[in-house]
Amino acid sequence: MSRAAEGSNRRMLRARDTMDRDYARPLDVPALARVAHVSPAHFARTFRATFGETPHRYLQRRRVERAMYLLRESDRSVTDIAFEVGFGSPGTFSRTFRGIVGSSPRAYRKEAVAAAVPTCFTMAWTRPG
Amino acid sequence: MFNAITQSQIYVLDQDEALDFYVGKLGLEVVADVPLGFMRWLTVGVPGHPERQILLERPGAPAMSEETAEQVRELVTKGVMGGWLIFTTDDCRGTYKTLLDKGVEFTEEPTERPYGIDCGLRDPFGNRIRFTQPKA
Repeated sequence: MSRAAEGSNRRMLRARDTMDRDYARPLDVPALARVAHVSPAHFARTFRATFGETPHRYLQRRRVERAMYLLRESDRSVTDIAFEVGFGSPGTFSRTFRGIVGSSPRAYRKEAVAAAVPTCFTMAWTRPG
Repeated sequence: MFNAITQSQIYVLDQDEALDFYVGKLGLEVVADVPLGFMRWLTVGVPGHPERQILLERPGAPAMSEETAEQVRELVTKGVMGGWLIFTTDDCRGTYKTLLDKGVEFTEEPTERPYGIDCGLRDPFGNRIRFTQPKA
């Protein structure tokens, strides 16, 4: 591992932090590549090599994790939550949620329990695989 | 049995750069900066609290092989080394503004939590740091 690779890791982490923070915005590969100061093609390839998944998949799982949090901790409607975490439509949200979590948002809400630990840990450890 | 935590450790990739950040930007104080020959023993703490020190350790030989040090540096820069710190403050939003103006890289803006207001940032190497204004 060279200094250049360390710098590359750090820039990929900065872009990933942007997804963690601004997940509700319409983030795409060109926008994230700008955060990392690399070309879009280089960004998509390097992000995957660094973290083992595509930026798109990471963002989907972050949005679903945030939706799971809101389903657990609030009584807002599923539709509200879909838009709140950055999905363009309730249908896409429900399909993506079910694909990742294995149950529907409503079923998840019925079974979920709230956790009282620092939020960064909840975010890191409950992001569904 | 135990009655305090006195020392903890976090990996940094460059100790001078770490000083610029932890002291120059975050406002911690140097508690010890001792050239031991085999390593630079560099600790910082919250001003007025030298009883709780954080060792800013550079991974490298002879404590570990250069190959292992490279793995540690890789984990730090990917943000998964596990080194992290949580500070408390009397004014989360004010401190956030001060540090933002100094160019600190925040991962999360001040947010209301059940336990108070807190926010998150990264050090220059990838370690996670948070600070909390506990609920009065």
